[in-house]
Amino acid sequence: MSLPPETRPADTGVIHDIGYRGYTGPRLGRAYATRSLFTQSLRAAYGLGRSGKSKVLPFLVLGVVTVPAMIFVAVAIAMKREELPVEYPGYLSSLSLVVSVFLASQAPVLLSRDLRYQTVPLYFSRPITRTDYVRAKFAAMVCAQLLLMAAPLLVLYAGALLGGMDFSHNTGQFLYGLAAAVLYAVVPTSVALVIAATTPRRGFGVAAIMGYLAVSAAVATVAVGISNPSTSGSDTAQWTSLISPTDLVESLVNELFELGNGLDRRHAPGGLGLAVFALVAVAMVVGSYRLLLSRYKKV
Amino acid sequence: MTRAGQGRYLEGVSTAVITTDGLTKRFPRVTALDQLTVEVRPGVVGLVGSNGAGKSTLIKILLGLAPATSGRGEVLGLDIATRGSEIRERVGYMPEHDCLPPDVSATEFVVHMARMAGLPATAARERTADTLRHVGLYEERYRPMGGYSTGMKQRVKLAQALVHDPKLVLLDEPTNGLDPAGRDEMLALIRRVHSDFGISVLVTTHLLGELERTCDHLVVIDGGKLLRSSSTASFTEATAVLAVEVTDFPDDHGREPGAIGSEPGTAVRERLAAAGVEAQPEGSHLLLVRLADESTYDTIRDTVAGLGLGLVRLEQRRHRVAELFTDDQDSRGGTDDVAAS
Repeated sequence: MSLPPETRPADTGVIHDIGYRGYTGPRLGRAYATRSLFTQSLRAAYGLGRSGKSKVLPFLVLGVVTVPAMIFVAVAIAMKREELPVEYPGYLSSLSLVVSVFLASQAPVLLSRDLRYQTVPLYFSRPITRTDYVRAKFAAMVCAQLLLMAAPLLVLYAGALLGGMDFSHNTGQFLYGLAAAVLYAVVPTSVALVIAATTPRRGFGVAAIMGYLAVSAAVATVAVGISNPSTSGSDTAQWTSLISPTDLVESLVNELFELGNGLDRRHAPGGLGLAVFALVAVAMVVGSYRLLLSRYKKV
Repeated sequence: MTRAGQGRYLEGVSTAVITTDGLTKRFPRVTALDQLTVEVRPGVVGLVGSNGAGKSTLIKILLGLAPATSGRGEVLGLDIATRGSEIRERVGYMPEHDCLPPDVSATEFVVHMARMAGLPATAARERTADTLRHVGLYEERYRPMGGYSTGMKQRVKLAQALVHDPKLVLLDEPTNGLDPAGRDEMLALIRRVHSDFGISVLVTTHLLGELERTCDHLVVIDGGKLLRSSSTASFTEATAVLAVEVTDFPDDHGREPGAIGSEPGTAVRERLAAAGVEAQPEGSHLLLVRLADESTYDTIRDTVAGLGLGLVRLEQRRHRVAELFTDDQDSRGGTDDVAAS
């Protein structure tokens, strides 16, 4: 039981063996434990509380999404422009690939690691239930994504206000941007979490999520591109966005807030399209949540 | 038991910590638990069974993680079917398998697990420092656990089960993978969990020998059925045996070594049998005699003296629990046994 004397802290003279003491303080129960798991998972998504190496990618991505916003603001202010050179939601959609990289790399951190190191049974031997576990992890990943996208939006908004640009226009656009960020944070994340929960191998998880998000987005983009869109042309190719969570969100946001321009503008085709796109988005989130619950029923 | 431990022990649960009544768990193909009715009192209790006997299933059901097919049970007076969350707040669980992420330090991990048990952040840190010290982890607790030895990992696993000061801990094969020295240390630690910390322990194993030294009470299950539940003392007392060794007949000197012991041994055995005392030869020199009561000693002394032999050895042996399950226990009794004088 005892260690070699040189490693024992007794020689520091401050540690006295006072025997075992019980714990009589409060036990805060299930809700508190779920919140603790949420906080720990949110921190883990940014590598906090983990090794130094694991902080590199999250903060690199955070830099990559925020620095262009700073540059846009600086340029707009220096040239004394009346408007930012970019729409808030449009800024997010142009960075969706980088956001996907973050999602693909960190969703397995939250789920695959617990499976691989078999920590999951330990959680379930604590007050929390399986549903609490899924909720905490889901919320943590959504919030991590939301933080990632809210940061550049805040930079743009603060810069616009400091630069004396129109307050009401920017506030409205900023809120559109936040709404878009919420959708980007919820829809692709839910699908990514399902993929991450299927494998205890982090590498497979990363590759599978990135593969799905990137390939589906590429297919949708190419399909719209080669359909030779014109002002009078059909919107048929826009339906391909349904296979890609990120394009689905982009199309929804553009149609809802009447944003975007150009012939290859992604949008939900018509009223029917809007309804179908919204339904598919909801189905993706609810279905993924259900799948996650059933996945952890058997652990 | 220390005074503090005693106090906590008495104040805690004076009746059963675990009761099950007709507990049954059926899976599509197998019946893991079959009408298991058992009562576990405070103390160190061994849950013994071969692999697949239903030990892990029982633990899962006791933690409220899997529903029983039929029957009911209570842990610390709480119904397992309806109050799983409360049970898990008061019970610690050390799984058999690895459960430690390698890139996190023991301190960080145990603090997190304490908070997962509902302890506020400050209390979680204090309890973690205390608990890791009690299980014997010092400076290394700040290093990532990937570099730990098996013994250290087992200690962290035990620490996370104790950190929230539970009333009962369920330890699933805690000595798995440890070398003999590490196993002894772990068993001593488990003993202390009860004697010094005042926490009741249910410990599972398929190695029966080690439980004998650690447990107050043994519950033996096989194929999901209860085989036996009784105190460790009654297990071993029931089969107390005496090892008897006698000198050779004076005129037997010079014979073959193999033949030397058997002659007087056989003679003694025949005389003992005549006196109504059962005896079995072990090896060439020893006789194992079943100890019925005090008069057995007298019978042996008189028999040996009557034959004109010298009594070299007369000592009491405790059987290992393992031998209770074999029919020919006397013939193979205690080849590697430590004599209890």
